[in-house]
Amino acid sequence: MSPVSRGFRRKREAAPADRVPPGQYVTKDFPVLSAGPTPHTPLSTWTFSIDGGREPLSWTWEEFRALPAETLTTDIHCVTRWSKLDTMWEGVSLDVLLGMVDYDARYVLAFSDGGYTTNLPVADLLGGKAWVAFGYGGAPLGAEHGGPARLLVPHLYFWKSAKWVRGLQLRDTEVPGFWENYGYHIYGDPWREQRYAGD
Amino acid sequence: MDDNAVDGNAIGGLMMAVFGTEMTTAVATCGSCGAVSQVAELPVYMPGLGIVVRCRSCESVLMVFTGVRQVTCVDLMGLASLG
Amino acid sequence: MAGTAVRGRLSWQTATVGPVTDETAKVRTLRLEVPDWPGHRAGQHVDIRLTADDGYQAERAYSIASAPGEPLAITVERLDDGEVSPYLTEEARTGDQLEVRGPIGGYFVWESGPGSGEPLLLAAGGSGVVPLRAIVRERSRAGSSVPVRLLYSSRSWEDVIYSSELDLPPDGVQVIYTLTRTHPPAWQGYARRVDEQMLAEVAWPASERPLAYVCGPTNFVESVAAGLVGLGYPAGRVKTERFGATGQ
Repeated sequence: MSPVSRGFRRKREAAPADRVPPGQYVTKDFPVLSAGPTPHTPLSTWTFSIDGGREPLSWTWEEFRALPAETLTTDIHCVTRWSKLDTMWEGVSLDVLLGMVDYDARYVLAFSDGGYTTNLPVADLLGGKAWVAFGYGGAPLGAEHGGPARLLVPHLYFWKSAKWVRGLQLRDTEVPGFWENYGYHIYGDPWREQRYAGD
Repeated sequence: MDDNAVDGNAIGGLMMAVFGTEMTTAVATCGSCGAVSQVAELPVYMPGLGIVVRCRSCESVLMVFTGVRQVTCVDLMGLASLG
Repeated sequence: MAGTAVRGRLSWQTATVGPVTDETAKVRTLRLEVPDWPGHRAGQHVDIRLTADDGYQAERAYSIASAPGEPLAITVERLDDGEVSPYLTEEARTGDQLEVRGPIGGYFVWESGPGSGEPLLLAAGGSGVVPLRAIVRERSRAGSSVPVRLLYSSRSWEDVIYSSELDLPPDGVQVIYTLTRTHPPAWQGYARRVDEQMLAEVAWPASERPLAYVCGPTNFVESVAAGLVGLGYPAGRVKTERFGATGQ
């Protein structure tokens, strides 16, 4: 049994319970947490692609930025227990991107520069729940936070919102991504506190 | 090396607990590019979900440590050798 | 006896906070009392673990500030968005308990030995000075006359840790400061980030086969280590310890 260190507590700020999933605390910071070095892919060579449909589809940066985009304000929840409320983003909805693909797959593996991957059901990318975000806080998304573009899926733990995303691989079977391989929950719903496999 | 990275010195305690011995001077050989380095000099990323140790030369993942329900999961598959 | 020593190193031990000393506005040194402390080598660190009354735990690594043979002490810099450093620098008081694991590290260590006494170049970025100060203290304790130059990069004079000790360095130890953000009005020393020109002026020539220890934020260490290699230091004679990005 570890001795209690008098007066030590986790960082915590007051937050309305209905906004914050169980076990989370609210922060005004935006921690930079990465599993690898920040990539610096030039926009001239950047593409976003969706593979595994009837035909592969790919957009250059110019083509991607010509797609209809929207702004949104949402809360984000990291499995490391911080939540950040009212974050402002701008991005292209996955409804737009997947709407251009002919597919019947039920799962995706999102992949990023640097090799990071994460898995999601297609259903969790549709219906206004997910974006490829290129703007944060009214400015272009900074590299340390996943710019030029990252996946944004705020209803799941934030490890699913893959930084430096470069595409989706549509799949008939679900395959675990990077953290899911190491014991993190395959789905990751913060409201059911699905942090680890078996939760 | 990325500004956010620390190095293998920072996980000396974890590695001592996992391997039972001092490991910062252990020599790691990358399974992808063959680069050789002491653990102390490897870039280490600590995003909170786990610890990722990469090759100094090609940045491939060499080791991953995660802690799930008091169990430490160790993946060394990126290494050709460690010793 | 061997079993006790191994247990002490691999597992967490309860430590009691002893006297604390404020070094600067953001930096504090804490003596730690650990029963059966096995001793340590200059340059090593300890892992510190705190436990809240709801069971929440947080761990961080801190360099040992004291020389072998001296009471165990760590020097901690308060990080504004930190979780453990604000506790250690502002809340923890003598008598409080925390856990220690260590000592840790066999790479970034120095001891006096029967070698040929090649000069030491110590390069510190901010709180990177902590393990280097332990090395300087160990050199004195061991009666070594190895020539030492400590290049210490700090944001300002007010941020210099151990200034009263470093202003009276032992014989054979030179301390060269560079202040990167602000400096006192009559300051005659370096007033910029370490660069190749400064290293060329300060570092021992490679022909003297110096041994270098570089510690601090990652970008500082990368820049200085590359600079020393550029001056002809073999990479194997430049030991490094990187603290990550401190957001300074």
